[in-house]
Amino acid sequence: MLAYCAKRTIVALLVALTVSVISFALLHLSGDLAQALAGPSATAADVAQVREAYGLDRPIVVQYGDWIARAVRGDFGESFFLKVPVGELIADRLPVTLTLGICALVFALALSLPLGVAAAVKPNSWLDRLALGLSVLGQALPSFWFALILIIMFGLKLRWLPVSGSSTWQHFVLPAIALGYYATPAFMRLTRAGMLEVLASDYIRTARAKGLRTMSVLFKHALRNAIIPVVAVAAVQFGFMLGGSIVIESVFSLHGVGYLGWEAISRADFPVVQAIVLILACIYVLLTLLADMLNAVLDPRIRVR
Amino acid sequence: MPPSRGAQLRARIFGHTTVLIGATVILAVLAVALAAPWLAPHDPFAQDLSQRLIPPVWDARGSWTHIFGTDQLGRDYLSRLIYGARISLLVGTTAAAMSAVIGTTLGVLGGYFGGRADLLVTFIITTRLALPVILVALAVAALIGSSLNIVIAVLGLLLWDRFAVVTRSATMQVRSLDYIAAARAIGSSTARILLIEILPNIANVLLVVATLEMAQAILLEATLSFLGLGIPPPAPSWGLMVAEGKEYMFFSPWVITIPGAALFGLVLAINLLGDGLRDITAPESRA
Repeated sequence: MLAYCAKRTIVALLVALTVSVISFALLHLSGDLAQALAGPSATAADVAQVREAYGLDRPIVVQYGDWIARAVRGDFGESFFLKVPVGELIADRLPVTLTLGICALVFALALSLPLGVAAAVKPNSWLDRLALGLSVLGQALPSFWFALILIIMFGLKLRWLPVSGSSTWQHFVLPAIALGYYATPAFMRLTRAGMLEVLASDYIRTARAKGLRTMSVLFKHALRNAIIPVVAVAAVQFGFMLGGSIVIESVFSLHGVGYLGWEAISRADFPVVQAIVLILACIYVLLTLLADMLNAVLDPRIRVR
Repeated sequence: MPPSRGAQLRARIFGHTTVLIGATVILAVLAVALAAPWLAPHDPFAQDLSQRLIPPVWDARGSWTHIFGTDQLGRDYLSRLIYGARISLLVGTTAAAMSAVIGTTLGVLGGYFGGRADLLVTFIITTRLALPVILVALAVAALIGSSLNIVIAVLGLLLWDRFAVVTRSATMQVRSLDYIAAARAIGSSTARILLIEILPNIANVLLVVATLEMAQAILLEATLSFLGLGIPPPAPSWGLMVAEGKEYMFFSPWVITIPGAALFGLVLAINLLGDGLRDITAPESRA
């Protein structure tokens, strides 16, 4: 178990390092940062001055080394635009994005687990078809458009919920639905497939033969085992949700990390963009690592692979 | 005499409602996109500020001159929608083709050679999955300057993960089969085995992944355009139409519902086709 964890951790660190190299290289090679920063009307002398002031004239390897050496200590430099440390900016905004991500995950699980179980209990019933239909429709729905439709329906027509800002829990309801529905098809299919497999097993027959109530068999005995793959996928989906929050946050004006990233991109504030890409990637790497380890704890067969 | 394999396949395709619906919608959108200059009732770029935000024909204030109404610059919405189909289909097919080449190459090499090659391929896939796609695509598009070609290139370079994952495992299943051993025994080169023996045998799976990736690319293009860093205006990208209509959606909701519904319909049709193809070619993989 220890060897497995050590191996997975090393791979995760390598992935995080590679991501940092790629994101740094992408941003430095795909355009002239100094030009983007100085603006379209800047003279050549202005651009040269900007280049020197921000250390962009140094070799890219030196710039990367400098950046990553500070980044691992939590120092992401200063925002070009806001002139405050990037670390503080992100620490300010991260709680909003994490809250949104957790709400979205809770919504997705609350919708897909019962539907998945119901679909597995009676395959090919109308509930099963409804679940399948919902997941097919859900995968085709553009999230930004779904978010706008939610705003029109619940914010403007029915006036049930606020549509922008983040001051109360009500502000998170619509964004969480808009962000979370995308993960429901995956959860639903996994729960259904897992339940179908478990329900056919001997110990469930035994539990039923003992005369346990159906609900107790389904939720206490079956779901607990069927849910193992869902846990791993939930971790990964949570990582994707944080990445997708940029769209939802910009639609609902939620001032989280995604919104910050979008603002930073539109004003060429690249220390901020770089830091956000790296942090989101590291969170994702950490989540998949945790999911792998959790799986290894729950299912010992994985460890020897 | 049992029916031939071709006849069986045809029967399965035509007996499959979702495939039929999906394929019909996609072909219809394709036809509309190709015939755009003849079908569009107006010039999609012609502005007429005296005709701003006219409601569609089903509204009491609408008229048959502008069936889907007009946008905030007085451009005919139906014509913009028709030309927008070209962008979605072009981005979807080319980005999916690009990612197919990258992903399949990685997946086949990793799956066939195994060992260190496979470790490397798995590592590349994991790294790619860790990158937040939308953020990276937006940042690159902002730096290089967004255009149709840039959007296609960025999406093609970012969306190959599913191709790689699926071809890798499909190749692993195929590589130990007898006919590969036979090919090796008669002295076929590795390149020949990969291209002539393995690729055609995993083509079914590839086709299914291609539909999913095409849908994904279309949605992402719309998302990038919606956030203002995809297809630049005045091009009638459906995502951009939603973005431009956003300000007016409270009093003129059709400016966002129409292009969004078009996007939803096209992506749904592609997904239905993909799901159906999976059922037809590999019924055992049904979840």
